[in-house]
Amino acid sequence: MSGSLVVPLADASSAAEVGGKGASLGFLARAGIAVPPGFVVTAGAFAAALSAAIDADGALRAELTALPAGSLGEIGRVCAAFRARVADTPLPGEVASAIAAGYAALGGGSADVAVRSSATVEDSADASFAGLQDTYLGVCGSSSVLEHVRRCWASLYNDSSVAYRRRLGMPEDGIAMAVVVQRMVRPRAAGVMFTRSPVTGDRSVVAIEGTWGLGSALVSGDVTPDSFVVSKITGEITSRRVSVKGRLHTFLPNGPGVTVTDTPAARRDAASLTDDEIRALADIARRVETHYGAPQDIEWALLDGDGPAASRIVLLQSRPETVWAARGAAPVAAPKARPADHVLSLFGKPL
Amino acid sequence: MTEQQGFPLPSQIADVPGAENWRSMYQYFTRFQPDDDKRFWFYNSMHFPEPIPAFDSITSEIPYQAIGANTARLFVFPTTLGIEHRIVNGRVYITANPVLDPAEIGRRGEVFGPRAGYYFEHWDSLYEGWKERVRGLIASIESVEVPSLPEWEPDEVVFEARGVAQNHYLVENFNKCLALYSTMWHHHTEMLMLGYGAYVVFFQFCQQAFPEISDQTVARMVAGIDVIMYRPDDELKGLARLAVDLGVDDLFVEGAVAADVLAALETRGEAGAQWLDAFAEARDPWFHVSSGDGFYHHHLSWNDDLTVPFTALPGYVAAVKAGGIAPRPTEQLIAERDRIATGYRDLLTSDDEKAAFDQMLGLCRLVFPFVEDHKFYCEHWFTTRFFQKIKEFGALLARVGVLAEADDVFQLHHTEIDAALSDVSLAWAAGSPPLGAAHFQPIIAERKRMLKVLKDWSPPPALGPVPEALNDPAVRMLWGITQERIESWLNPDPDEVVGVAASSGVVEGVARVLHDVAEIGSLREGEILVVPVTAPSWAPVFAKIKAAVSDIGGSMSHAAIVAREYGMPAVVGCGDATKRISTGDRIRVDGDRGTVRVLS
Repeated sequence: MSGSLVVPLADASSAAEVGGKGASLGFLARAGIAVPPGFVVTAGAFAAALSAAIDADGALRAELTALPAGSLGEIGRVCAAFRARVADTPLPGEVASAIAAGYAALGGGSADVAVRSSATVEDSADASFAGLQDTYLGVCGSSSVLEHVRRCWASLYNDSSVAYRRRLGMPEDGIAMAVVVQRMVRPRAAGVMFTRSPVTGDRSVVAIEGTWGLGSALVSGDVTPDSFVVSKITGEITSRRVSVKGRLHTFLPNGPGVTVTDTPAARRDAASLTDDEIRALADIARRVETHYGAPQDIEWALLDGDGPAASRIVLLQSRPETVWAARGAAPVAAPKARPADHVLSLFGKPL
Repeated sequence: MTEQQGFPLPSQIADVPGAENWRSMYQYFTRFQPDDDKRFWFYNSMHFPEPIPAFDSITSEIPYQAIGANTARLFVFPTTLGIEHRIVNGRVYITANPVLDPAEIGRRGEVFGPRAGYYFEHWDSLYEGWKERVRGLIASIESVEVPSLPEWEPDEVVFEARGVAQNHYLVENFNKCLALYSTMWHHHTEMLMLGYGAYVVFFQFCQQAFPEISDQTVARMVAGIDVIMYRPDDELKGLARLAVDLGVDDLFVEGAVAADVLAALETRGEAGAQWLDAFAEARDPWFHVSSGDGFYHHHLSWNDDLTVPFTALPGYVAAVKAGGIAPRPTEQLIAERDRIATGYRDLLTSDDEKAAFDQMLGLCRLVFPFVEDHKFYCEHWFTTRFFQKIKEFGALLARVGVLAEADDVFQLHHTEIDAALSDVSLAWAAGSPPLGAAHFQPIIAERKRMLKVLKDWSPPPALGPVPEALNDPAVRMLWGITQERIESWLNPDPDEVVGVAASSGVVEGVARVLHDVAEIGSLREGEILVVPVTAPSWAPVFAKIKAAVSDIGGSMSHAAIVAREYGMPAVVGCGDATKRISTGDRIRVDGDRGTVRVLS
């Protein structure tokens, strides 16, 4: 398997090979949770391109590794050179044709896809690189896909990413990047959800945030999302806050890609999810958490259509929740010699 | 305590114009004192949603002397003494007397530990004995004799050498009623305050372990399924089934009056007789359920006034004919309750926490039957008998001309009734007319007029300086009074009524505001019930309504428990929903957020 340049999403499992995002999507797909169909350009494909063409002699990597963490000017200069090489160097033929074949299997021709970086160190519970790599929506055509795969690779050499690695003292040789290519979805609504309260850490609830259209409006901070809290145990929606969602990110196929407009008046103040949809999302969140055995931070999209809510939900990402996991918690109470002692200690002195 | 910021001080409450003489109805020791301005008081609208008639003030006087005695002197709760109450413009305000000195708390704790521990350890057997004692009190109140004051004493008083004439028993037996009422209240609180303690412990634990858990969800883990409060309603459903089985169901139509239905059944031969037998059996004791919660003389039991059960019966009969009324799915309800408890327990991370959870939940379920069922014995059964007995004294006073009618007795304070009976006793002995009519009848007329005026007064939800932290968990659970609630009292949104989210779900519908259970007949199918407070006897109403809203109550209140079981949204403890919502308003009840919005 380590030799594969491209693997179908359903077979993606090793984070070293397909990156954190690719592995998580593969894991979800195998657990029977809907994700948009796609494939992963493996870290091996990147490594092959790097060693065969982009940085065949390793000089650029050596130069980066030698840079001190604080030398931002130097980092910027070397990174620019590196990114130019990633963008311009002709790829080994087997890498280019593997990617083209993967795209063809998704429909090829004019299929719209999302090209998403999937770094091999990203998304792990202890070193979240969230937001440091790029995602391209609405990519269309084989050559464009190839170009955006290169852009993802190049993003590995963003000044900020390299500066981050230099600060952590990570060796440049071990750095690799996989790229996930998935069919675009055109969601009615999208957002994120947490299988514990991000506010209080409560593990008995699923907290859902959503907005109309693409979730990028929410992730980018362009709108204040609607937010809902659902009890995992009773299924009740215990909190709902519907906000004014001024901006709308939509995807127009075969055209200008993602557009940002004002939200039509009728939908601005309206809840982006129905109660059924909220419950269906919470249900999927619980299944994902159970599969992982730990609280999750999930990106979701809700497709248009008349089918049951559960059949219209796809997940775009799931990763371990890191904030509360790192905090730990002191036990709330310990058993006492007699049950009544709890009452006695609440009201004063124990027996 | 911080400086006052929003609520009036007790001393700033003006007399309601036209009712300036309200003080004459209540004892001097219920009046606000100058120093009371320094403390935070809240309006106890849960128990006293309307101005209290003079006699009915006994339902604050006696309970608070019993509750305080229990917590301050009997069990010696370390952190609290008793509850003080004050009456202003006919409404009752209360405040708790905390113990703040750590040394004193420790000293009290030494006494409290063994005493409270003893009750928890022997809870079930103590509760069995308790029921016996309270049933004894009920028998005693029912058997109190109201002297008939005949022209002369019967022979046996002489030939059995009893020597004591009936007028002696006038005052004695009246005071016996008061003594029994007081005894009942001491037993009422005997186990209750500890029972609440068990709830508070479990609620606190759940809120720490699951910060977003709702009170209603915690309550669902605790709730007993097989408690008395469901029984009167179950009996009614059984009577509806029987009516259909016996073919007398045609008599149960909407709007039919109880007396007419019962009279018609007399003419229906064997079937009618069989139904009436079953009815008689159900009535004792299950129809002793009060239409209110036992704090006013006009909170009649179903037995006293058959309006409520006979308003519900036609609906149940129709339901039986339309396919039957499913019995309460108790096994399913128990399974659901246990599923929720297990669900939360599984989320606890350590075995220690799970063990503590088991102990606390177990304790709640141990005390739950008492905490729920005591109301039937005390506030319903005993108290409705008590008020009827007082009314018998009223009937005597009316017969001898002191009162215009029996019910007027409730316009007199118990000390005044004592005086009126002395007057009657003297007059009967002397062979002269009693002098009470001229003395009391103008007073009674004025009080009736004042009560009407006072009914329109909107009591502030609280008085005095707002405490920095309202951290008394019992106040929060029972009265639904939280820091947030106080905030919303101070800064109300004109269209939104905020209360306790008591039962999940969101519905819109037409409001029916009922101030009094007597109005129950006006309720229509599918309306949203808006009431000051509900009691178990209202249960049949829940079959008709879409949602419930109440001024008062927490997540463990009756309205909350019944609404959850019926699966309808409920918001309780709103403070002033019955004032801000009118019958016919279109409202949205959000039982998840605890809000009621007036739409039009």
